[in-house]
Amino acid sequence: MLNIIPSPTMTTTADFIQVQGLCKSFEGQVLYDDFDLTLPQGQIISIFGPNGCGKSTLINLMSGLIPMDRGQITIAGKPLRRSRIGYVFQNYRETLFPWISALDNIAYPLRVQGVPPKERQRRVEQLLARFDIKLDLRRYPYQFSGGQQQLIAILRAVVAEPDVLFLDEPFSALDFEMTLYIREKLQEVHMESHLTTIVVSHDLEDAVYLADSILLLSKRPTRLVQQVSFALARPRTPETIVDPEFVRVKSQCLEIFREEMRR
Amino acid sequence: MSRKASPKAGGKKVFLRQLDKLLPLIGVIVLLSLWEFSATSGWISEVLLPNPIATISELWTIAFRPEDSLFADFITTLARTLQAFAIAALLGVPLGIMLGSYERLYRSVEFLIDFFRSTPASALIPMFILFLGITDWNTVVIPAFAAFLAIIFNSAYGVMNARQSRILAAKVMGANQWDIFKDVLFWESLPQIFIGLRTGISIALVMVIVAEMFIGTDRGLGYRIIQMQQILNVKDMYASILVTGVLGYCLNMLFRWIEKRTVHWSGR
Ligand SMILES: Nc1ncnc2c1ncn2[C@@H]1O[C@H](COP(=O)(O)OP(=O)(O)OP(=O)(O)O)[C@@H](O)[C@H]1O
Ligand SMILES: [Mg+2]
Repeated sequence: MLNIIPSPTMTTTADFIQVQGLCKSFEGQVLYDDFDLTLPQGQIISIFGPNGCGKSTLINLMSGLIPMDRGQITIAGKPLRRSRIGYVFQNYRETLFPWISALDNIAYPLRVQGVPPKERQRRVEQLLARFDIKLDLRRYPYQFSGGQQQLIAILRAVVAEPDVLFLDEPFSALDFEMTLYIREKLQEVHMESHLTTIVVSHDLEDAVYLADSILLLSKRPTRLVQQVSFALARPRTPETIVDPEFVRVKSQCLEIFREEMRR
Repeated sequence: MSRKASPKAGGKKVFLRQLDKLLPLIGVIVLLSLWEFSATSGWISEVLLPNPIATISELWTIAFRPEDSLFADFITTLARTLQAFAIAALLGVPLGIMLGSYERLYRSVEFLIDFFRSTPASALIPMFILFLGITDWNTVVIPAFAAFLAIIFNSAYGVMNARQSRILAAKVMGANQWDIFKDVLFWESLPQIFIGLRTGISIALVMVIVAEMFIGTDRGLGYRIIQMQQILNVKDMYASILVTGVLGYCLNMLFRWIEKRTVHWSGR
């Protein structure tokens, strides 16, 4: 059910997301000036960069949450307002709806899209079965642990089969154990659906671990310093972090990042 | 009791914790003792302050007597308070939400609301009398007006200060303006709306009592209290005051209970 239906206007999967001539300033402070980016379909892409360089702003622009000053962004050849976005916010506590059950939270995107209740229920159940979720989701979100809430937020973001899934620092509010758990679930989601996924991370290890490629951003005005690819086969496991290829890519990223910070 | 509990480790502690639940009673007992003491010792003349037993037995006798019962006045005051509150809530909540949703609209009436909210409603009683005459209407309209101000202010404030994060989340999921309003904004402001409602019902009761005291009506707890004071039937007066207090307390508790059940997520 998470399969991506290719849109007829889409010619290749290599330029699935296109950002062209993007400009964005806040209160006269230039953040992005004529920024270009092309991202392929079906990959996990990590965005890594220094604090305040505009990582969140970039995915907010790409998901249409905030308007751009100038430029053009298309997903699958469609303008933003016609694409379906899944977005997992940094703070799950402040974005789940505590007044309805976790189940209703997960079904909410289907509801606003006008999917009838029966069909809604069927699709949610299918999703839960698929990812082997055994929580009692009739409870309210605040009755779950932090990691479980983040998982609910992820399920809510993918239930409506989005074109792209954005996650803003999905691990930053989680402890180590929960980070491992959510990382695992994200990988499962991705291997099942090949959903194009963009993850902002401030932790290099997290950034590299799941990614097919890592975008390294500079200080502002923000440029793309380099796009590093990491081609290790999935599923990646806790042993991945000692894999020579992982170590090599991670230190390569670190090197580029250090170099950039010295400028 | 303590001997029974002592063999069990911690039994005494549990017992003490149980006792802690009775702590609120201490204040009541102290007050009643002071009252009893000052009445019986002759510090305060019995004409001004009858002893508690006498007051409470008076309460029993007047509570349900066939004529001029305290219960009838209680019901009158309760009905007026609820009417005033209902009017205030039915107008105040929707208008407040509307004002809160259109920030420029709110800014244009902000001063008025703040001004009247800061003006003691009792100061407006003469004005209402001018308009409504000395009629029973005053005992509902004045409290409704005062409660309305608290409710409209808090509702507007709740909507305006709703956190953006969930609104953004709904937006990115494809919710339209109406979805956002009914699924997010309304709920997000509900805790603050409830603060308004709770303040509103308290203000309504205060103003009903005041209005009953000074504006031509011949029923209600406020009327009874002032009437009994005039004819120096102090036992009846104190009994009526007690019942008024109980009414206020019960309304408050009822609202807290409703609030806790409705806004179950608040503070979590
Ligand atoms: N709404 C806004 N108004 C004004 N300035 C903003 C706004 N949003 C972001 N900025 C500024 O833009 C810059 C980039 O912010 P952004 O949140 O995108 O950074 P980030 O890379 O996600 O940082 P972090 O690692 O701290 O999450 C920051 O300097 C921030 O102060
Ligand atoms: Mg950020």
